[in-house]
Amino acid sequence: MGSSVVNSVLTSKWTKVVVFLACLIPAGVLIWRVTQGDLTANPIEFLEHWTGDWTIRFLIITLCVTPLRKIVKMPQLIRFRRMLGLFAFFYACLHFSTWVGLDRFFNLADMWADVEKRKFITVGFAGFVLLIPLAVTSTKGWIRRLGGKKWQWLHRAIYISAILGVIHYAWLVKSDEHKPLQYAAMVGVLLLWRIGVWVRKKWQQQPVTRSVRPDEPTTAETA
Amino acid sequence: MTAKQKSDLTYSDITPKGTYTNRRNFLFGLLATGGAVSGWRHFSNWMAGPATGSVPQKLNGVVKGPFNTDEKITPENDVTTYNNFYEFGTGKGDPSQNAKNFRTSPWEVSVEGEVKKPFKLSMDDIMKIAPLEERIYRHRCVEAWSIVVPWIGYSFSHLIQKAEPTPKAKYVAFQSYYDTRQMPLGPEAGIELPYLEGLRMDEAMNPLTLLCVGMYGETLPNQDGAPVRMVIPWKYGFKSIKSLVKIRFVKSEPPTTWNIAAPNEYGFYSNVNPNVDHPRWSQAKERRLGEFFRRPTLMFNGYGEQVASLYTGMDLRKNF
Repeated sequence: MGSSVVNSVLTSKWTKVVVFLACLIPAGVLIWRVTQGDLTANPIEFLEHWTGDWTIRFLIITLCVTPLRKIVKMPQLIRFRRMLGLFAFFYACLHFSTWVGLDRFFNLADMWADVEKRKFITVGFAGFVLLIPLAVTSTKGWIRRLGGKKWQWLHRAIYISAILGVIHYAWLVKSDEHKPLQYAAMVGVLLLWRIGVWVRKKWQQQPVTRSVRPDEPTTAETA
Repeated sequence: MTAKQKSDLTYSDITPKGTYTNRRNFLFGLLATGGAVSGWRHFSNWMAGPATGSVPQKLNGVVKGPFNTDEKITPENDVTTYNNFYEFGTGKGDPSQNAKNFRTSPWEVSVEGEVKKPFKLSMDDIMKIAPLEERIYRHRCVEAWSIVVPWIGYSFSHLIQKAEPTPKAKYVAFQSYYDTRQMPLGPEAGIELPYLEGLRMDEAMNPLTLLCVGMYGETLPNQDGAPVRMVIPWKYGFKSIKSLVKIRFVKSEPPTTWNIAAPNEYGFYSNVNPNVDHPRWSQAKERRLGEFFRRPTLMFNGYGEQVASLYTGMDLRKNF
């Protein structure tokens, strides 16, 4: 059957390797462009935009995992969620360090003034900082230590991070809001889907039965 | 509409192959969306033969002008590939790609409003108003990057003298060329077009204010505002309007594009001022293209000696 092929592909460790390598393509293209000197007349700005764009894209891809596995009924997709989330963090780190190391050249006073004064930087900085605890607690050990429910609540911070990321972008551009609006629409749909699921669950749940139903995942699988 | 586009078969530029392909894609796009009438117009334009997208030509007889900075000139390639020209797309690399086919010949600039007698100027007329000078100016974008460009042109005051404005003329309003057939990305720029700019009469008369027809020894590339633009070096770059088609002398402060788009962010004056921040970013420093470290931004972009007196007694925080 076709489904068993899909299943074996999804559960193969090689698929994980392929996805991992695919996630590195944007970084690879960037390195290639650095070696070719193909970074436009304003290389630092280019690096900031490139890494910023890919941070938001990976946040969106990560947020797609749960809806996708429910909609197409491929629960195995969960295997890739942590890796995708960590890649979002990886690109966020590149973005942040470009700003710190190249744009502001480690001028702490300058940077702090910006974080305080510039709304778009404040928001972007907050979105980045929020991702740090998520990256740190992304291991199995931390899921165990925190317990599924708590871990899941903590990791819902990615919703806020994604929203802040989009606002960060929208407040940066001068007039052409097409791209930030596209990202906003994607994040919006992905979050609305979750709200829809939550509302339906509340609706179906009888107020007396607060016990865990058999089909409800007990580990951190629904964030 | 001024500067109506017509196919000009005498213009001898060779159109690169990629250009044809772009035109064809664009044509098919239009037809597919059912714009039969406008599609036909594109089709006939396309059939009319060589597109007259201009390639910069060498300018002869250019003399050394005043006010030149001795700072290092920005590489020409940076100035032609990193542009803000929203009619051709909002990405920095868009104009150099999308303006390739922009037709700048024939061209006409209308001089009107509070003048003795309105008139129209061809590019030949414009070239003859005064001797062409090379002016090496600093150019500071409101986005906090800057370049040093060897512009070619002459003081705009020469044109004002020719226009003979009436005593009622207190401001000059400028308008850029705009035609969505040539600038299909214009409606998506997020700003109202055609692009409008303006200067107070004394600013326009200042000898620094340049009517510009070239740079780096040649006529202007399309993405840099061909065939004729303004250069006002002590103001943020967006004041230096590109691809000029209308100069109107008026009684009161004219509307300007970025001020309409975001009045709290872009004022009518928009003088380079390191002490007044843009609401969303600092203007204290700038990145000169090609340099790693940001450098401090100078008051009036370093042209205070020439222009500070224009603003004595004015609160530059209010009149930003």
